[in-house]
Amino acid sequence: MRAALVISERDNVATALEALETGQRLDLAGTTLMVQSPVPRGHKIALRPIRSGEAVIKYGSPIGTAIADIPQGTHVHTHNVASDRGRGDRVPRADAREEPRIAEPPDEATPPPQGNRR
Amino acid sequence: MTGARTFLGYRRPDGRVGVRNHVLVVPTVICSAVVAERIAAAAQPLGAALPHLAGCGQIGPDLHVTHETLAAYCQHPNVGAVLVVALGCEQVVAQYLAESARTAGKPAEIISIQGEGGTLRATSRGTEIAQRLAADLARAEREACDVTSLILSVKCGGSDYTSGLASNPALGRVADRLVDLGGAAVLGEIAEIMGAEHLLAARATAPETATRLLRVINRVESEAMALGLDIRGTQPSPGNIRGGLTTIEEKSLGATHKGGEHTPLADVVPYAGRITRKGLTVMDTPGLDVESVTGMVGGGAQAVVFTTGLGTPTGNPIAPVIKITGNTRTAQSMRDNIDLDVSGVLDDTETLDEAAARIFDEVIAVCSGKLAAAERLGHREFAIHRRNPTI
Repeated sequence: MRAALVISERDNVATALEALETGQRLDLAGTTLMVQSPVPRGHKIALRPIRSGEAVIKYGSPIGTAIADIPQGTHVHTHNVASDRGRGDRVPRADAREEPRIAEPPDEATPPPQGNRR
Repeated sequence: MTGARTFLGYRRPDGRVGVRNHVLVVPTVICSAVVAERIAAAAQPLGAALPHLAGCGQIGPDLHVTHETLAAYCQHPNVGAVLVVALGCEQVVAQYLAESARTAGKPAEIISIQGEGGTLRATSRGTEIAQRLAADLARAEREACDVTSLILSVKCGGSDYTSGLASNPALGRVADRLVDLGGAAVLGEIAEIMGAEHLLAARATAPETATRLLRVINRVESEAMALGLDIRGTQPSPGNIRGGLTTIEEKSLGATHKGGEHTPLADVVPYAGRITRKGLTVMDTPGLDVESVTGMVGGGAQAVVFTTGLGTPTGNPIAPVIKITGNTRTAQSMRDNIDLDVSGVLDDTETLDEAAARIFDEVIAVCSGKLAAAERLGHREFAIHRRNPTI
């Protein structure tokens, strides 16, 4: 079984088909790569250095933007890549919908509900 | 591929072809759901209930979607006859559902719990009717039908890295093959097209179809953003992220493979809207598995092929849901739920085309009567999508 898979020649990441250990040598897409940090099975590894702000490419299409410099051979995941879609958190608060209203707490005069003693 | 072009199905009076032959017991409203379930249970194996949470306290678009989804199931080719179980004072109109079934040439009857005089009398009267309908349906025989009459729902859920690398591309080849033969496929889950829409839009048969796709995706993205939140945390889900998927774009690019590599994008339809075109249709459904499958079957899909990395049990009351995994561990740990293991694609012991051929053959077998794992296990999940508050 291959240790990792590159899907498109445009990709700057590969997918680990088994857990990759630091120091392991990979021959991928015509280049040799040394694994620089552990990469769990199913996770991604940088095929080349990816600068912060650069697109991360898998399946030949962007899957998000690097939010830190990612050295070649290291783990690529949510700690160093952010999605660019559906990011309501980036919309100024004034444009966002008001907070959902929650029910008023019961009047202090209201007696607590009575339970049945068991 | 073995080249099968026919399966054994049930020809219906409206020209559509079913792969199952159910007596559908439809509650108009949540209040009649338990009675409907008991009636269906008393008319096994043909009885199938559609218990749901809606039917009253709904306004505008949601009431419309509830009506149209239930009506779509009443007309569905996997259904041979319909019994509508009303309460008597709800919003959903029992007559409308029965008429929908009759328009498609199916016998349909109505009872109401208030009219019959309570749970016991309604259950008893309903059981009599369902048994009579079932006895008539049991005489129907399967006959050879062309795959051009098939609409296959393609779905993924509980995805991990194997979904985008093995099971989805294998399923995509099945969709390509079915469409090449003159059939149709339907893909839902708009949020999971976000980031891969350029690939589908490029295959649109008309510029207007591409525009409609982009408009629906834009609406879903805007709705998420209008909450002032970002969709990370739900898309991808925590399980997806543990499985190695980092962003919705990555999940979508892997997910969209299952709609085929070259199928033309023929249409974009609303939730549970009728699928009328050959080729690939995109349906406006949420990503939640059960709501999504419920909508695509409502649109006319007779069978669902559902890929999963982590494993998931979802079925449907009237349509077989075939589970495929590319994860060899899941194929073992959740073997009850899995119909086919295509992990050989990642071990290099099987090509994508070979895996696709096995899936295609399984689709033909299941459409001809073989029970899918979800059916054997009694998985009948059903949930109508709703977007507005209950009033």
